[in-house]
Amino acid sequence: MKEAQGHNKNKKFGMVIDLDKCTGCGACMVACMAENNVPFREDESDKQLGTAWMRVYKMTNGKPFPETEVCYIPRPCMHCEGHGGHSPCVSVCPATATDYDNHTGIVSQIYTRCFGCRYCMAACPYHARVFNWWDPVWPADMEKMLNPDVSVRMRGVVEKCSFCYHRYQRAMEKAYYEERQEIEEDEYQTSCTQACPAGAIAFGDLNNPDHAVHQLVKPDNRHGGRPKNPHAFRLLERLGTNPKVYYLSSREWVIRAGDNYVKNEKTGAGGH
Amino acid sequence: MKIDRRSFLALAVGGAAGTALTPLPWKLTDDSSIWSQNWPWTPVPEKGENSYAFTSCTLCPGGCGLMVRMVGERAVKIEGLEGHPVNDGGVCVLGLSGLQLLYGSTRVKTPLKRVGKRGQGHWKKISWEAALAEVAEKLGQLRDDNQSHTVACITGSKHGTIPALFKRFMTVYGSPNVMTTPSVGDTLEMALQVMHGVEAQAGYDVENADYILSFGSGLIEGWGAPVRMFRANSAWRENGTKVVQVEPRLSNTAAKSDQWIPINPGTEAALAMGIAHVMMKESLVNNDFVESYTEGYTGWKKMVLDEYAPEKVASITGIDKMVIVKVAREFAGAGKPLALCGRGNGETPGSLAEAMAVHTVNALVGNINQEGGVVAVPIPEYAAWPETGLDNTAQIGMAKDRVDGAGSDAFPLAASLLNRFAAGAMSAKDYPVNALLVSGTNPVYSTPGANDFKKAVEKIPFVVSFSSYMDETAMQADLILPNHVYLERYEDIPVMAGLQKPMVELTQPVVFPMHDTKNAGDAIIELSNAMGGSIGDAFPWESYEACLEETLGDKWDVLSEDGLWEDEAFQPAGWGEAFATASGKFEFMNPDMDLMPSYVPLNLEGNASTFPLLLMPFDSMRLASGFISDPPFVIKAVEDTILKGKDACVEVNPATAKSLGLADGKPATLSTPKGEARVRIYHYHGIMPGVVAIPRGLGHSADDKYMAGKGVNFNELIGPVEDRASGLDMAWGVRAKLAKA
Repeated sequence: MKEAQGHNKNKKFGMVIDLDKCTGCGACMVACMAENNVPFREDESDKQLGTAWMRVYKMTNGKPFPETEVCYIPRPCMHCEGHGGHSPCVSVCPATATDYDNHTGIVSQIYTRCFGCRYCMAACPYHARVFNWWDPVWPADMEKMLNPDVSVRMRGVVEKCSFCYHRYQRAMEKAYYEERQEIEEDEYQTSCTQACPAGAIAFGDLNNPDHAVHQLVKPDNRHGGRPKNPHAFRLLERLGTNPKVYYLSSREWVIRAGDNYVKNEKTGAGGH
Repeated sequence: MKIDRRSFLALAVGGAAGTALTPLPWKLTDDSSIWSQNWPWTPVPEKGENSYAFTSCTLCPGGCGLMVRMVGERAVKIEGLEGHPVNDGGVCVLGLSGLQLLYGSTRVKTPLKRVGKRGQGHWKKISWEAALAEVAEKLGQLRDDNQSHTVACITGSKHGTIPALFKRFMTVYGSPNVMTTPSVGDTLEMALQVMHGVEAQAGYDVENADYILSFGSGLIEGWGAPVRMFRANSAWRENGTKVVQVEPRLSNTAAKSDQWIPINPGTEAALAMGIAHVMMKESLVNNDFVESYTEGYTGWKKMVLDEYAPEKVASITGIDKMVIVKVAREFAGAGKPLALCGRGNGETPGSLAEAMAVHTVNALVGNINQEGGVVAVPIPEYAAWPETGLDNTAQIGMAKDRVDGAGSDAFPLAASLLNRFAAGAMSAKDYPVNALLVSGTNPVYSTPGANDFKKAVEKIPFVVSFSSYMDETAMQADLILPNHVYLERYEDIPVMAGLQKPMVELTQPVVFPMHDTKNAGDAIIELSNAMGGSIGDAFPWESYEACLEETLGDKWDVLSEDGLWEDEAFQPAGWGEAFATASGKFEFMNPDMDLMPSYVPLNLEGNASTFPLLLMPFDSMRLASGFISDPPFVIKAVEDTILKGKDACVEVNPATAKSLGLADGKPATLSTPKGEARVRIYHYHGIMPGVVAIPRGLGHSADDKYMAGKGVNFNELIGPVEDRASGLDMAWGVRAKLAKA
């Protein structure tokens, strides 16, 4: 983290979700399921048992009618960097089934290494990880729509959002084939970003000042990537997980809902 | 060898140490975990060449451009087409899950003939020849008996070649009874017919408006072309366009708006009239438009000034008088204000007087056919073929009155009144309905008063469904002639979802048909040929594709190349030329038809003492409520505050719930004059006290296990309420009662 900004060859892929634009339509969730071969069961109404990598939560400001306000908040894996790649989940995995990639900032999940102890699920403060309690079943001809770039998971392993890492691999392969060292911003976008009909999700390299994500949040890498934009915030900022998913909101109650503030405490940089 | 304590211990310790040092147990654990994780029933997706196929979505009227990722012959993912004028790369939950409709378990795979009782789901596979021969024979028999007019046909869309082919078939066969699936588009079309004197669709230039006043429209909940509206909503956030949402419930649209104005359910028209009152009283109207291009203004103005003073409107709507005045001033003061109507996703037509009231609010500020305003968009009329002769039977049949009363003296404006079909068919006042053809719609599920509709269909001796899926209507059929799914077929889609320009898109096959299905267009052409005579003569095309190519003419090349034809040169008519009414001007009222923009209260069924609550439906992007029902991915994405287990959740204000003793999350019985259902209570502060709401799109009895048997179908709890002006269904809700289960 001592390398000066701009001279850092390592990428730090991250996401910025504009909650003012997010309509809660759920396209990100389904785009993720379709891209990543996420299975489904007959009853998916018990959300704790379901396997969703991206989940959209509904929050309200808790005030009675007609002062009520609602905000939706999509939650992928935060791809926490912690301090020097010590993500909460990576630190506890006894099987080295999940790892922090310093070149991309992506937290991986290797299903064939995972033996299902679920320590990582306990360690993750964002409930971003899910466990496969059942083997996946694709009825009728639905196996035909499985994406060959993403392995199908089996019963007994943990899975989570990969920032569509296979799309990064595909983009890099294409770049190498065309004898380029680098990929453009639009060559690697996650499935949810691509699908979002509201254009509420931005994705890119937080280390690259030309990328939309950098410009939107202005991450302060000297202070664990804390956003300099006062409307930007991260979930449970003060836990020190250093997540790479940022949110934008113009509403104070939404920003407050992103962390545990005491009653009169200010949000943002002032509340640190 | 003697085993003493010493050697025993040595063996035990040595064995333990040895076990710990040897890699064998670790290797075995590792191997067994790898083995168990590679069980053969965990599929390994086949690899293949990567490519993209392009088409258009047909799952709602929005017409998004799609690119389908192909791996070999397999379609693996649907993505939005970048640069497309409707969706520009975005795509909704339903559009994303289209492959689950293609590859899913709800498909009808071959023509089926019913063998058990209606609705039992016992079928026999038959060949296409046998199926078409049977339809031809049954319909031929009715025609021979001079009963051709007793055959009815219901199609999904009104426009495009498939509905036109069905209509042509019915005409030469000799029945006037062709109905289409209603929506608010029908009501708006009528409003334009009355006030502009033109046949056109209402288009809205939402991208260029700078003040949006929505009378309950679910702008980001499926209204119009949904993805286009999402994009517009984001643009409004960026450019500071103010959005005001008038609605009894904090919907997603209300939650995203700049100002939410809760209103007593069903009184939106009164608010529109109140706003008109303020604008006229304070001279905030566009004088140029009102004075030079309108007719009947003075009389209407007097009526509005007399009847809709803010105090009175406040007492009807429950909105503070000052709020009404402020909104009227803001609206009139904005550069390009735009008022929108059509509740929720617009699948219910609503009252004509209300649509006219909202349209008048637009007219008063002169935003008719202007940038950022309402545009009368002509309907592309290419699906019109030369008339062929009707034989005697057909002429007699076509001269009969329609079973739904559309176009009669009572309802001269209506072309189709599906809401009146069930009552007409049940009473058989003039004649019974002896056969029914259904294509591209699921009216047994989606028509308000669904139980009555089902009973009417049960009474019809011969029902033919052209559905690709085993839906509720197909379950009631005697024969199913399954259509290809949209990803397997050609079809033109004139996009009518409130766009500012005429647009036609082409759905193109991205995969070969999976099953023994047939394009409904081909089925109807072959059926006509099987019937022969003047019917066969009206269908000279070799196949549907040939018909489509010939019909689209020079549009075909553009469409087959780009998938999209847009009338780019289209400019809305100027005020001088826009109106084709008797006066040649915009008409505020039509005294001949006794029509004017006004507030017509709905006569709710049931009495207030038995049913003290008002029940209204709400729409969610995650619940498809029309012809298509949720595929597994989409139902998985539904919130647990909408569906929990097998129960739909009913939104109740905590204050109301407390007075009724209903705890959060507990089961309850929801009853209306039409029926009752088990629901679960969901305490929601965002709903007006005394009003309760349930989602539309649940409660399917057909489809597969992922969808069927979950929640309640709102259409079974409500009946249609006829708008005397239009004949369309104007119901927005129904009286209800909630009790502990």
